[in-house]
Amino acid sequence: MATMPILPPMPVLDLVKSFKLKTKQQELLIRVSILCLVYILAFITRLFSVLRYESMIHEFDPYFNYRTTLYLTQNGFYDFWNWFDYESWYPLGRIVGGTLYPGLMVTAALIYRILHFLRFAVHIREVCVLTAPFFASNTTLVAYFFGKEIWDTGAGLVAAILIAVCPGYISRSVAGSYDNEGVAIFALLFTFYLFVKAVNTGSLAWSLASAFGYFYMVSAWGGYVFIINLIPLYVLVLLITGRYSMRLYVAYNCMYVLGMLLAMQIRFVGFQHVQSGEHMAAMGVFFLLQVFYFLDWVKHMLSDTKLFQAFLRITVTCAVAVGAIALGLGMLSGYISPWTGRFYSLLDPTYAKDHIPIIASVSEHQPTAWSSFMFDFHILLFLFPAGLYFCFKRLSDATIFIVMYGLTSMYFAGVMVRLILVATPAVCLISAIAVSATVKNLTVLLRSKNKGVQTGSTKGSSSSKAASKALLDQSQPFQKNGAIALLFGAFYLLSKYATHCTWVTSEAYSSPSIVLAARGAHGSRVIFDDYREAYFWLRQNTPPDAKVMSWWDYGYQITAMGNRTVIVDNNTWNNTHIATVGRAMSSYEDEAIEIMRSLDVDYVLVVFGGVTGYSSDDINKFLWMVRIGGGVFPVIKEPDYLVNGEYRVDKGAAPKMLNCLMYKLCYYRFGEMLTEYGKPPGYDRARGVEIGNKDIKLEHLEEAFTTSNWIVRIYKVKPPNNRW
Amino acid sequence: MRSLSFFFVFLLSLFPILCFSFNPESPTDRRVLVLLDDFSLKSSHSIFFNSLKSRGLNLDFKLSDDPSLSLQRYGQYLYDALIIFSPSTEKFGGSLDLAAVIDFVDSGHDLILAADSTASDLIKNIATECGVDFDEDSSAMVIDHKSYAISGTEGEHTLIVSDDFIQSDAILGETKIEAPVLFKGIAHSVNAANSLVLKVLSASPSAYSANPESKLLSPPLLTGSAISLVSVVQARNNARIMITGSLDLFSNRLLRTAVQKSGSQDKYDKSGNELFVTEISKWVFHERGHLKAVNLRHLRVGETDEPAMYRIKDDLKFSVEIYEWSGKSWEPYVADDVQVQFYMMSPYVLKTLSTNGKGLYHASFKVPDVYGVFQFKVDYHRLGYASLSLSKQIPVRPFRHNEYERFITTAFPYYGASFTMMAGFFIFSILFLYNK
Repeated sequence: MATMPILPPMPVLDLVKSFKLKTKQQELLIRVSILCLVYILAFITRLFSVLRYESMIHEFDPYFNYRTTLYLTQNGFYDFWNWFDYESWYPLGRIVGGTLYPGLMVTAALIYRILHFLRFAVHIREVCVLTAPFFASNTTLVAYFFGKEIWDTGAGLVAAILIAVCPGYISRSVAGSYDNEGVAIFALLFTFYLFVKAVNTGSLAWSLASAFGYFYMVSAWGGYVFIINLIPLYVLVLLITGRYSMRLYVAYNCMYVLGMLLAMQIRFVGFQHVQSGEHMAAMGVFFLLQVFYFLDWVKHMLSDTKLFQAFLRITVTCAVAVGAIALGLGMLSGYISPWTGRFYSLLDPTYAKDHIPIIASVSEHQPTAWSSFMFDFHILLFLFPAGLYFCFKRLSDATIFIVMYGLTSMYFAGVMVRLILVATPAVCLISAIAVSATVKNLTVLLRSKNKGVQTGSTKGSSSSKAASKALLDQSQPFQKNGAIALLFGAFYLLSKYATHCTWVTSEAYSSPSIVLAARGAHGSRVIFDDYREAYFWLRQNTPPDAKVMSWWDYGYQITAMGNRTVIVDNNTWNNTHIATVGRAMSSYEDEAIEIMRSLDVDYVLVVFGGVTGYSSDDINKFLWMVRIGGGVFPVIKEPDYLVNGEYRVDKGAAPKMLNCLMYKLCYYRFGEMLTEYGKPPGYDRARGVEIGNKDIKLEHLEEAFTTSNWIVRIYKVKPPNNRW
Repeated sequence: MRSLSFFFVFLLSLFPILCFSFNPESPTDRRVLVLLDDFSLKSSHSIFFNSLKSRGLNLDFKLSDDPSLSLQRYGQYLYDALIIFSPSTEKFGGSLDLAAVIDFVDSGHDLILAADSTASDLIKNIATECGVDFDEDSSAMVIDHKSYAISGTEGEHTLIVSDDFIQSDAILGETKIEAPVLFKGIAHSVNAANSLVLKVLSASPSAYSANPESKLLSPPLLTGSAISLVSVVQARNNARIMITGSLDLFSNRLLRTAVQKSGSQDKYDKSGNELFVTEISKWVFHERGHLKAVNLRHLRVGETDEPAMYRIKDDLKFSVEIYEWSGKSWEPYVADDVQVQFYMMSPYVLKTLSTNGKGLYHASFKVPDVYGVFQFKVDYHRLGYASLSLSKQIPVRPFRHNEYERFITTAFPYYGASFTMMAGFFIFSILFLYNK
């Protein structure tokens, strides 16, 4: 489906002919209709999740975003800005207004307002669900213009098509995935496009626009740090390669200064642009540009080259020295904060594993496996180097930018799974260049009636490079046939890409993860709606000020759906608090009860997959609780829970493991249960073993609720013994 | 017998109408079930029972193996308190058992338990559940060869005297018990793990628990002041329990006996038992030492409505009213040691409340410069008094964006700098553009 627009459909052609439009007009019409189709395609391909399940918010973080958006629409912007949420991080509370990126919520609320102004009485949830697909559609337009800017319209169109269905992007922008990234990728690409446009034109207006684009990006996602480091790096590369120009000077200065001032208006970012180590590169490049400009001016004034050489040496040395001293003093005095752990872990993939277990524990922060590159990019992975080749062949300011964007983001994508998302636009754009250039060369070859041999024109396509080279030396007819064959090959690949993308979207990326689906014995779909069942139970059956303790993964969902206070949630700002919960979960019951009493915990919620075979449950996450707890409280030691370095829950498990709170809460009364035919009672299907402690007695807690498939289990903390 | 039981059932069904039931507004017990081994105890302990009756309590005497025995009907308790004077009962009649007695206490009702040397396992188990362990040797009694009661008949020194009372006016009343208390029964010790149980009457250091008829072969397990003669428990829900190893403590015989402690010249016409059991039963039945705290209020200074949330550094006023039940009405409770905590994981503010003498306690303080979910906590635990633990959750938020100072004096150089910069730029532009 994605390949269709390249060869316009027949009815359109007929229509075009009947109107006898000029070639230029025809081209415009085709282009616009292709873009419209891509725009719609990008939207509808993301609706699988709505069709499969229902219009619902997915995963974990989106629930927080949804809750805040709801608050924003109900209470207005100023209350949202000043919102102090006492339902999370009990008893510390969280200043929501100052600790989030408001871009997404404001965008959704704005769309909601506009729709209501137009008398569309939609619920805010529907707006939230469809925000990401809507912005994905917008991204395709930006990709078109970006592709046009760096290569030509053809590349732009191909880029729009590729990005519309690329799984790497769809994974974070299906309907219901109401997360910052959904908006932020649009903002990221838009900012880059505007900046490249500003560099190409040297126009203050484009540069100003890119500053606003940057502001929107800052307001939407913490990934803006990528922009504020990539653009200076790009400027630096241009300086080094001698491509410094007035256009660059105008574009960068205006974008940096205004972008920085605008970004400071976001409370969560605040003064980081002048105070944090991550933003210092941009400031350094800003000063460097001034020095460059000054030197240029001096060179212009001084006619004597020797004198200028001496002056250059002195100025450069002084500038570097002053910069280094300023940076050193800033660091020493603590005015400039050092790099954060997340930043370190990006540059050095092994850093988080050794130092910050809480970052390493998140599945989307894991290093990327090769297979997931293949899964998310498919043929783009092979077209990417080809596109790089084309870019290098026709080097310009714009292509240098896209090459740098592609290479750096690919590195980051290798470090963290979730950053594949950031690399996707670059990969799509560069691949689009490859596809467009190859197809263009081939068609030119086909169309040329009696022209000479066009050497090297078909080198681009990596899959057909060798073949085309061999063909080039042949006489004309063979060359034409070869070109036709290669074109068909390219279309075959692209159609494969389209089918792959559709399949991945429907099978892998459209699951809301709050509702689980499995295949039954007869091939039918079985839906496990246990999470919502449990949260609904909490909402209906517990006192309104009850405090629920769970591992932080479920915090946002409990507050958003259960409307109850949680101890920790997915905003992992306080490591000690999370470690306290980790400690409680990994202690014996009588030690844990002390911790729970000190936190006024009323209910404990655990997620257990032993009955359904759901593998991302709390027992499988448990070692991270131990590690995070042990990182703050050394009484918790990881080896106590392992047997010869092996993590097990059966009879051979470590005694501390068999008696810790998490084990008891997960496996309470599980020993009586037959889960699978032909297996002993208490057979854990998620781990495929018979559990080691079947006789679990709870002293200070009592089972309050277990969902129908045992996925969520809720326990009530008993009051202290009346007579003791 | 049949008609008698029918009459009892009839009477029982009328009970809720006939008498006031226990309620938070008048906490004194009204309906008391007395379980006896046999009805002769009614006359042998009549002084004690009559004193209870004269205080307005309705006593319902039943044999402990009465098959119609039941503490509750349709989920409602029929009694406010239970007196178990049936030490030898192995199994209660009706639906009553160990768990039922414990549930009765755990739902806020009171219990007096008296055992003696015939104490059954059931009785001992009830005591154990309440944090009191009777001597495991079933034939053992408390023997004291130094502070025994001088009497003509006794040579085994099992009728002992003790005047080692707990120092608490709330439990034992303001009248000092002059005469020592006579005790004849078994020993118990309080469980060290239980923080709620109190020894009201302890044995002297020379006492020990052993079988008086056999020769002592090994050192006794319970000796000296580890032996408790009478213990009380005030549960967390303020249910009160009294446990003693001597049923005779309440008997007319010991209440009326003249007493002289061995080695002492003081002779008393009457033992201290009557005053002791009367006063302690007043405590157990909530006629004394029962506090309530009401109207916990907090206000921002200068406002009249209770806010749902405070801001950091707000000035607030806190007040609570505390009353004591006098047996008939709520009287203001006056003390100078009631404290309020402003608590978030640890107390950020701890203030002693001042009182106006009419039950109102108040304090005003500044909310600390920390945001979070705080609690006003009043934890008042005093010996013999009902414990008060109130907490009220209140979030404290940081400043809103428009609650900061608009202009800061220290920042004036910066304001000056920016305005001169603007002016300078303006002048420069004019000069640059039009000068030539």
